[in-house]
Amino acid sequence: MATIDRIAAPWGTRTPYGPGEHWPTRVDTHLTEGVSETDVDRWVQSATILHSNGDGLDIAVKDGRIVGVRGRAVDRVNHGRLGPKDLFGWQANNSPDRLTKPLIRRDGRLVETDWDTAMDAVAGRTKELLDERGPSSIGFYTTGQLFLEEYYTLALIGHGGIGTNHMDGNTRLCTATAAAALKESFACDGQPGSYTDIDHADVIALYGHNMAETQTVLWTRILDRLAGPNPPKIICVDPRETPVAREATVHLAPKPGTNVMLMNALLHEIVANDWVDHDYVEQHTVGFDELTKQLAAYPPDRAAEVCDVPVEDIREAAGILGHAERLLSTVLQGFYQSHQATAASVQVNNINIIRGMIGKPGCGILQMNGQPTAQNTRECGADGDLPAFRNWSNDSHVEDLAKVWNIDPMQIPHYSAPTHLMQMMRYVEDGSIRFLYVNGTNPAVSLPELARIREVLSQDRLFLVVQDIFLSETAQLADVVLPAATWGEKSGTFTNVDRTVHLSEKAVDPPGEARPDLDIFIDYARRLGLKDKDGQPLVKWTGPEGAFEAWKECSAGRPCDYTGLSYEKLRGGSGIQWPVNDEHPDGTEHIYVDGEFWSDPSYCESYGRDMVTGAPLEPDEYKSMNPSGKAVIKAAEFLPPHEEPSDAFPFVLTTGRTLYHFHTRTKTGRTPQLQQAAPEVWVEVSEYDAKQHGWNEGDLLRITTPRGRVEARCRVSGIRPGVVFLPFHYGYWDTPGGHAPEGEAGRAANELTITDWDPASKQPLFKSAAAIVERVRAGDGTPSAAPTTTGSKPMGELPVTTTGGEQALATEEMAGTRAGGAR
Amino acid sequence: MTNKVPMALEELHRSENDLAGELLQASDRHKVDHEIFYLGRDLARWSQEHVRELARIGEDYGLDLDPEPEDDTKLVARVRQKGAELLGRHHDPAVLLLRDLREIHRKAAGVSLDWEILAQTAQALKDKELLALTKRCHPQTLRQLRWANASLKVNAAQIMVTA
Repeated sequence: MATIDRIAAPWGTRTPYGPGEHWPTRVDTHLTEGVSETDVDRWVQSATILHSNGDGLDIAVKDGRIVGVRGRAVDRVNHGRLGPKDLFGWQANNSPDRLTKPLIRRDGRLVETDWDTAMDAVAGRTKELLDERGPSSIGFYTTGQLFLEEYYTLALIGHGGIGTNHMDGNTRLCTATAAAALKESFACDGQPGSYTDIDHADVIALYGHNMAETQTVLWTRILDRLAGPNPPKIICVDPRETPVAREATVHLAPKPGTNVMLMNALLHEIVANDWVDHDYVEQHTVGFDELTKQLAAYPPDRAAEVCDVPVEDIREAAGILGHAERLLSTVLQGFYQSHQATAASVQVNNINIIRGMIGKPGCGILQMNGQPTAQNTRECGADGDLPAFRNWSNDSHVEDLAKVWNIDPMQIPHYSAPTHLMQMMRYVEDGSIRFLYVNGTNPAVSLPELARIREVLSQDRLFLVVQDIFLSETAQLADVVLPAATWGEKSGTFTNVDRTVHLSEKAVDPPGEARPDLDIFIDYARRLGLKDKDGQPLVKWTGPEGAFEAWKECSAGRPCDYTGLSYEKLRGGSGIQWPVNDEHPDGTEHIYVDGEFWSDPSYCESYGRDMVTGAPLEPDEYKSMNPSGKAVIKAAEFLPPHEEPSDAFPFVLTTGRTLYHFHTRTKTGRTPQLQQAAPEVWVEVSEYDAKQHGWNEGDLLRITTPRGRVEARCRVSGIRPGVVFLPFHYGYWDTPGGHAPEGEAGRAANELTITDWDPASKQPLFKSAAAIVERVRAGDGTPSAAPTTTGSKPMGELPVTTTGGEQALATEEMAGTRAGGAR
Repeated sequence: MTNKVPMALEELHRSENDLAGELLQASDRHKVDHEIFYLGRDLARWSQEHVRELARIGEDYGLDLDPEPEDDTKLVARVRQKGAELLGRHHDPAVLLLRDLREIHRKAAGVSLDWEILAQTAQALKDKELLALTKRCHPQTLRQLRWANASLKVNAAQIMVTA
């Protein structure tokens, strides 16, 4: 059993394998100092919660406290592996500054109170507003980090009980475009891919997807393929020189805002060279002719100019895609949070569709999620969707849902799509929403244009409820703060990108008076007196397993069918991929096999939208376009970005994440190994720009946009010239400002970002702002605090590299080395 | 053969310009409604492009139409934007949004019918170039129309119910 510093080596040791072979098992374990495996009282089954990969793990418990984690060898997702955030992040659960009592605002200050007082205030204000102004004055903003049972309960309370249309998740910021792109191409959410496609693919194309940092274990799987015989070719589209780019056969680094242009050029080459599966296109798709017509305007030379990418690289990438025999495509924030997000992501789908590479081993699409349970936010209808992928513009779907909930269909608002977050913030701003219930998310750091968001959330007329585990920047603005239990302290299920459902069981008690989110929601429903049409309580369950059973009924016959699952079935073994039903009792590795889709007009989740205007298609328009349930090839025209660099604002600012942190650092910032690996904000500039302006590693730079300014120390990295990068994780909870910058310059990247979103997915654009960059003062030779192991790797040698030392050691146990074999 | 093509082109040139202006003005008036602000501009660009195309084809019919479309991104617009920001905290101006969307819809419907007239005429005259122009432009008008309708549907309930 070897030990390794997993801060210095985020992906651990290679276990090479070849195409079609089994990915070898490697069990990663980290236990707190002084505790060995034999000291552990209990191992409690769960899965990872600080990214979207959904790796199976066991939580080690000793004396009623979490003392470590170990990857589950039997799990199909990770084969025992864990990433650095999983190995160390659990320590945040034990953090001394956890919220342990409800807080209520009295005379302008948040003071401790009891649950009854807090919940009466929350339910009381809800009832007052329902009487005075109706359900449209009530909004819910949830997360991608709760459990399925909690989202489903919240969706029932909001849509079915209160009857408001205003419910969204912070999944709007990370995966809304994933869902939207799937709805455009397949008329339904649900991933047409499986992680096992990595085992078979001969080409893997990653579009705006720095998988090495966002899903470390999935990247480990690719690294192991790359280290084995007959490795796949890698195509990377990213303006930064990420770890993915360093492994790529072709790395395309387009100018931010030009993704559609680049995708159209790749498609243009594939079609022009006739690398098209015409039988597949003929039998299983609509829209190919329109695509061909549209592509005429996008020859590679034009794209090379607009995207500022060498034309031969575009041709080479297209040739690799065109000759692929088993093509896996993955997409993430580089597309989702950029200009024309949905249109660009749909073009990725189009490549797999016209090449007939869907629903077979190695042939898939992963429109990735950013958060561990984002898939459930979408499935359960706690975002801009209805539960179980029901179509809000199909009356029979709404009637069916009303039957499941035993309420009148009119009670469920469906006169337009559920309100997306940015529109909700607008309604809060104009005072038409007066009650906002935020749980498990931190808009005061994660939304664009923070000065505006702080003003919007600080209004006196707004009653703000925040349910969280720490006093986040947003919680500091709240009228009532409800202390929640987190992962490891409550039971429930959640589902990852490739439809794998995991059970996560309670390992320890929550601290103080903190309660599971599910219990809080049920309490809220009870205090509101929500009833079904027979006068019975609307929420008919009291715990997670009851909620799961109710959800199974709601999902029956829908694409995300959970009817064949139970807590018992999920206990002990691997996670299981939905749909799980009579037809597929052990789950479903690939959907859309043999060109069978869920896109029939009477069954589909969505009729799609115009990708430029965002206008939803009317039912009749969809029926005439796609009468018999095929895949939809949707072409897209390129539009110039809304905020382009100018003489006044000459740089393009892009924001993103680092491997060592998650979201606004509420947990990772309280984890010593992770916090020390990336302790403070930095700004990445290219070598070219550094030379032009005389900036050096470690200099303090100021980045200014029309919305605000941020100061950060300089890292000269492999980013493309003209572009600067800021990580978005750093807010103010661990600074003197508390919830806002103290001086004029902040450190949250979102001080600078623009309030603009993709018209189809409504996902905000965090990757396209025009900026000024200036030096505030020269450094003293000390490098910036940016990690050296990741996308922020320095161009030259630095005196220090990112390591974790003794406290970051984890063990690795390769297959066959464990007594008793793989567990 | 004399026909009324020049008249139809002139009318479309006028109505597309008018629609572009309406979209830009609505965009400016609702800067705090970010989707209206940005899409108003994106969609005005289609009408502006149609104006240029109409001016170009108009030459074949002896017309001298101004190829420079309506474009009020100048001083007036900036004043209007500032006003929108000041009003952004109040709900009542939202009613103006419905009025503006209604106006865009009305004008886009007019433009759509004008394209319909031109397309029918082009077919009767077997004028391939003119027909191609209508096939390029008219679908975009329909998308403008559907956008105005969809935006109105999204906003109407909130504006009317929670005043």
